[in-house]
Amino acid sequence: MRQRAASIFIAVLAASLLLGASSAHAIAYTQMPTPQLEARYLHLIRNFRCMQCQDESLADSPVDLAAEMRRHIRDMLLAGKTDQQIREFMVSRYGYFILFKPPFVAKTAWLWLTPGAVLLLGVITALVIIRKRAVLVTSDPQDDDLTDA
Amino acid sequence: MSRFVNRFTVPLAIFAVLVVVFAIGIKDSPQKDLIPSPLIGKPAPAFALPSLTDPGRKVTSAQYRGHWYLFNIWGTWCIDCRIEQPMLLKIKQAGIIPIVGLDWKDDPKDARTYLKQAGDPYQSIGMDQDGAEAIMWGAYGAPETFLVNPEGIVVYKRIGPITERAWEQDILPRLPLTSTPDSASSS
Amino acid sequence: MIPELGEFALILAMLLSALQGFFGIVGPAVKRERWMAAVLPAVSGQFVMVAVSMGCLITSFVNNDFSVKYVAENSNSALPLFYRIAALWGAHAGSLILWIFLLAFWSIAAAIGTARLPKPFASRVIGVLGVISFGFLLYTLATSNPFLRLDPPWPDGESLNPLLQDPGLAGHPPVLYTGYVGLAVAFAFAGAAMLEGRLDRDWARWTRPWTTAAWAFLSCGIALGSWWAYYTLGWGGFWFWDPVENASFMPWLMATALIHSLAVTEKRGLFKSWTLLLAVLAFSLSLVGTFLVRSGVLVSVHSFAAAPGRGEFILAFLVVMIGSALALYAWRAPLLKSEAGFELTARESFLLFNNILLVTACATVFAGTIAPLIAAPLGLGKLSVGPPYFNPTFLLSILPLMALLSVGIHARWKRGSLGNRARILILTLVVSLVIGCGVVFGLFTGGRVLSPIGIGLGVWIIISSLIDPIDRLRRHITIPRAVLGMTLAHIGLGIFVISITSVEAFTAERDVALAQGGTTQLGEYRFQFEGVKPIQGSDYDGVAGTILVSHDGSPVAVMHPEKREYFVQHIGTTHSAIYMYRVSNILVALGQDLGDGRWSMRVQVRPLVTFIWLAAFIMAVGGMLAISDRRYRIAEAREPAIEPVGAVTRSGAG
Repeated sequence: MRQRAASIFIAVLAASLLLGASSAHAIAYTQMPTPQLEARYLHLIRNFRCMQCQDESLADSPVDLAAEMRRHIRDMLLAGKTDQQIREFMVSRYGYFILFKPPFVAKTAWLWLTPGAVLLLGVITALVIIRKRAVLVTSDPQDDDLTDA
Repeated sequence: MSRFVNRFTVPLAIFAVLVVVFAIGIKDSPQKDLIPSPLIGKPAPAFALPSLTDPGRKVTSAQYRGHWYLFNIWGTWCIDCRIEQPMLLKIKQAGIIPIVGLDWKDDPKDARTYLKQAGDPYQSIGMDQDGAEAIMWGAYGAPETFLVNPEGIVVYKRIGPITERAWEQDILPRLPLTSTPDSASSS
Repeated sequence: MIPELGEFALILAMLLSALQGFFGIVGPAVKRERWMAAVLPAVSGQFVMVAVSMGCLITSFVNNDFSVKYVAENSNSALPLFYRIAALWGAHAGSLILWIFLLAFWSIAAAIGTARLPKPFASRVIGVLGVISFGFLLYTLATSNPFLRLDPPWPDGESLNPLLQDPGLAGHPPVLYTGYVGLAVAFAFAGAAMLEGRLDRDWARWTRPWTTAAWAFLSCGIALGSWWAYYTLGWGGFWFWDPVENASFMPWLMATALIHSLAVTEKRGLFKSWTLLLAVLAFSLSLVGTFLVRSGVLVSVHSFAAAPGRGEFILAFLVVMIGSALALYAWRAPLLKSEAGFELTARESFLLFNNILLVTACATVFAGTIAPLIAAPLGLGKLSVGPPYFNPTFLLSILPLMALLSVGIHARWKRGSLGNRARILILTLVVSLVIGCGVVFGLFTGGRVLSPIGIGLGVWIIISSLIDPIDRLRRHITIPRAVLGMTLAHIGLGIFVISITSVEAFTAERDVALAQGGTTQLGEYRFQFEGVKPIQGSDYDGVAGTILVSHDGSPVAVMHPEKREYFVQHIGTTHSAIYMYRVSNILVALGQDLGDGRWSMRVQVRPLVTFIWLAAFIMAVGGMLAISDRRYRIAEAREPAIEPVGAVTRSGAG
């Protein structure tokens, strides 16, 4: 029984070594053990700003520092940290600036709420104007025969 | 509606506010590239690094507990660090506060040679060959210098070379008057 | 000699623009015919002087005159002739000359175009343009003179930033600036109306072609910039919500709103003060954009290097131009009233919502762009606002707009009621959504929740836009060019929506490290790396990789991405290889040399991406087609304006 298990084990090991050898030609540069980790990794490095080339994400920046930080993120992912923990690690060292997404905290709430507020204000204004104009329709004989465009 | 506050004057009012914002922006623009450190007021990262000058020994944050120190991140590849070098030597001369160096992504041989030629302002130097330590401090360029108090809290961060002005106006005033040249166990 | 001539011509131009402004604005006010007559010679003279000045600068570049500081900083004898000329607008001072030149060009075009309009009005239009020209000329001569000399002259120049050595550089700024600057004409029309104290349907009809023309150029300019970034930066991105990009996008959004608002003002005499405000704001945003890009207040890889004093001057200019325009607005706009009415489902209503949504979108982009400026004084430290903010907030206004579009174009003026069109519209909506779902879930895998909606809306816009023209054709009614142009522009928009949705949803990409002979698979595409070989250019050297691409087994392309090292500036650049296969783009970009013949690289497949820029071009063509409609060439009103001069009740505001 044990011998069987051992030989199976050796066979599997040999097979994986062989497979490993052939894929040595095509080792993914950012290879993560699972597709989920790879997806998380890509998502994370795309959403952190490179602190040296401040216009680029960690994914796109060619500088050493970015490579370092990518490695760091990779290590943290492999160590089992969650996305949130990784984000907090980065923010605790570099501040909110390293995120492309401004946080929703007291001081930035205005930024996130402005679009919705302006939209609401605009829609209300539009409805008020329409109400006022709709009343004028019958009393205004002009342009009843207009075509479009 | 009032004569001066109506929907026709609102655009002008908003523009006026905008102009103020832009004016402040212009005033502050020289500093716009400097990212304030979130570490200020927080504990400095604990470190235990191999010593550059004394292989086999470690430079640790524990050694500096109870003392003020400057944590200076540098490298031989960094031009601004060479500009900073004379100032650091002056600080060492003054004997008020020790400087702990972090040799960032450097070849140890190059670093040792450089210090022999240019002078060594550091009380101890830790090596950070893979860059992991610098990231812990939130460094994104060199030189960067942190002022750490005896409780291990980061009090101030200087991005770029320390100038006379920075030393006199930003660093010295933060030190207590009775600060004496300490000898934390050096490597 | 030549640079001095150029500088002298510029000074003359400045003086002439001052005269242009003075005679144009004061002439009608004091009712002096001779003064108003002086405007045309003044603007013509200004244009000639500016052209001479620009010609001198070009000559200096062509002749490699490195005694001129600007040439020395931006050019090099190893630079090909084409780029030596394009280097003119590669940096701040030269791009200002381009601005000034285009402004002079638009001014003289406006002078010719308004020749048959009432003299006082036309004079005021050109006068306002003169004031703007004066401001820019003064600014250039005072802070950014491109004709400054170097003593002693440099033996050779610093060369152009390699990223800018590209056909895209030749195309993008001139086209973009033509649009940017063109909005000044609408601004001038607004200024003239405010100075005169009246605004009628004819005004709207006169303003429309100029606005649409500027809008068309702006659309092309932005698209060119986006396309240029796409194939130059190599990582497949084409829009980053970068402050400089936003600086050109905000005027575009305002101009789009303005075009639609002008339609209502022309047809029904409604929204007058609103249209007036939009005309002022569109160009104001151009000016604010200029400020943001050149003053150094914002961090951006695109922004020009800032020198001290530049920001303050532009800000002062902004205060004078925009401040006085808005003050004029506050004073004059309350006089503009109309008594026309319309129903909830009428065309006016849809256009009102069009404007609300576009302006909201613009406000959103504006908030995100200047947030870092506000954050600092508020004690927020450094704030960073990127795509994760802009994308969702922008969509918040734009998605409803896309949905309303398909219905709105069928709404009739004043009374609404779609009639039997309503049934067709519902049918086409259902069909579109089915197509959307089919494409997303059937043809491709992946995609997000919004993808079927995005594609469905795009398809619906196209189908809906075609209903009316097809109906007219069936009934043998001629389609006016204005309608044709509008249809084309909306179809372009539909294509745009479909393309962007596809790219966002269906792009496949991967970063890999490959050795010689190594392969990687991306869906049905297979990439095989065949190593790199050295390359040489006139001012660079580097390596070019060879990658064989196949789809489903059959060979598709051999691609050669490059990495270049430029001698003079010691800058390395990456040139990605892009190949168009069916409707997708295949991209390969080299990363780093990992040693032992192994290289890291990025491979991508992006479906429909090229149609994004094609769509923008189609929109611009639609706009230009609409302008060519005969009715814009009629100067006189066919019927009296709704509000004749002086008949408006001056009851004060409110």
